Amino acid sequence: MKKAKYIEEKIFRFLMVLSLILVAGFVFSVLWSIFSKGIPVLTWEMVTSLPGSGFYVGKQGGFLNAIVGSVYIVLGATFLGLLISIPVVFYLSVYLKKDSRFGSIARLAFDVLFGVPSIVYGAFAFTIMIVVGIRASLLGGILVETLLIVPILIRSMDEVARTIPKELLETAYSLGATKIETIGVVIRQIAPAIATATLLSVGRAMGDAAGVMFTAGFTDYIPESLTDKAATLPLSVFFQLSAPQIEVQNRAYAAAVVLTVIILIISLSGRFIMRYFSKNKV
Amino acid sequence: MKYRIIKDKVAGGVMTLFTLLSLILLVAMAVGLWLKSADILEEHSMWNLLTASEWKPMRNQFGFLAFISGTFYVTGVATVIALPTSLLMAIFLTEYSRSTVRRYIYPLLDILASLPSVIFGVWGTLVIVPIVSDIIGPAVGTATSGYTLLSGAVVLSVMILPLLVSLFIEILGNVEIDLREASLALGATRWQTTKHVVLKKGLPGIIASTVLAISRALGETIAVLMVCGNLIIIPDSLLDACYPIPALIANNYGEMLSLPLYESALMFAAFILFFIVLVFNLGARLYLKTIKTE
Repeated sequence: MKKAKYIEEKIFRFLMVLSLILVAGFVFSVLWSIFSKGIPVLTWEMVTSLPGSGFYVGKQGGFLNAIVGSVYIVLGATFLGLLISIPVVFYLSVYLKKDSRFGSIARLAFDVLFGVPSIVYGAFAFTIMIVVGIRASLLGGILVETLLIVPILIRSMDEVARTIPKELLETAYSLGATKIETIGVVIRQIAPAIATATLLSVGRAMGDAAGVMFTAGFTDYIPESLTDKAATLPLSVFFQLSAPQIEVQNRAYAAAVVLTVIILIISLSGRFIMRYFSKNKV
Repeated sequence: MKYRIIKDKVAGGVMTLFTLLSLILLVAMAVGLWLKSADILEEHSMWNLLTASEWKPMRNQFGFLAFISGTFYVTGVATVIALPTSLLMAIFLTEYSRSTVRRYIYPLLDILASLPSVIFGVWGTLVIVPIVSDIIGPAVGTATSGYTLLSGAVVLSVMILPLLVSLFIEILGNVEIDLREASLALGATRWQTTKHVVLKKGLPGIIASTVLAISRALGETIAVLMVCGNLIIIPDSLLDACYPIPALIANNYGEMLSLPLYESALMFAAFILFFIVLVFNLGARLYLKTIKTE
């Protein structure tokens, strides 16, 4: 009897280490497969030029259109997203009482919105765009990515904003400030959270393919106005990979490397900031 | 003086409006997708759509069964793979390991969590699909292209692993240390303590977290689409192709405007997906909330 429990302990300890190795293996396998395939075929020309003639049968050109398109969409969406989410976070934590019913329903709704798949956002935005008369465009892409990141922004900032000590706000009130005038104090308190949330959502918006598929379309050119179509990096990877020519597929791998590197830099610095600041919190 | 108070009131009003609008978005999505699917629901009964497996839009046959079963199979198998792995890992990280180990493991999970869907898709076609077609297929004596339910499930399981692990770590971390110490003091081994005390205490949370992760997996689009074969069949085995709902929507949005009913059918597909995800997500969150407040 006594032995059995030690054997069981050993078995499960082994399984745990196995699961750990498995997960680490997955991470390295993903990174290795992308980098080993993509880096040898990645050239400077690819990231600095637009698709040339015969691009989709393997002739010269690059995917600058997708890089710039992605950057435009992400910048626009992040700007709009912050514009919407900062007031909401401020409202939830300053205007509403801690045990407010409306507040908890709103928070739940944002949690649920966070879980809505991006393909559903895409389909929904697409139907709205048809009704309003907007075609697949940079604007459409920006709007759908804004919808996608607002819940992330709100939830991750709110988490921190809720921990702002009440006394801090009361000090401001006692000096005669109105609620809205405490916004400076609140923003200073949640500044690291704003930075992290922004970086996290930039990463999410940059990597999302299903949402922009419907709404931003795809084009070989850099969009010049909000009503132009816009290419995006994930879709560039996806479309090129489904081509039969090896040269085109290789470019998909190269684009995948670019996308991975951008995402890793953005997301990891975001997570680093989060961990760094939450470590020092009481 | 008055100006400041007016400013405060206006700002409050605007912010209430923003918050309300975000709430309305959730309702608007449900209503919008439902209205769009009204056309197809007029022609075919809901029961028919959900239980028929013939999908020929040009001949006015819209059966969603293959897609619904594809979604559930791929998610189900992914959960079966990811659940034990992530639970063991979370137990190891909370109950066994030192903080130095954690310092090396967390960044790995962060990387996994941050990589975009399409990258997992590329990985799936480069690594998983060949393994399935060259090793697993011959091993069980079936010729397969590798673009199968199994490949989709493996890719999907890797994608939900970081979410599961972080949810489990939170749940297990909430179990009081006193309980563990009591068990250890009675001579139980660490695993016995984990099994009889920590897991028992954390079980409701573990179930809810799993449901939450499933709701995330259900909507995963590009990665699964790239590796699961996309044949309109009800998969019989792990080595059959499958065609989940998100892939259906993503693959056909280009053609859907050609037929009015086709568009309506795809929006109905989006509605089904939205509805399932909503139920799973909301249920899990509400349940997790009640656990936390207890």
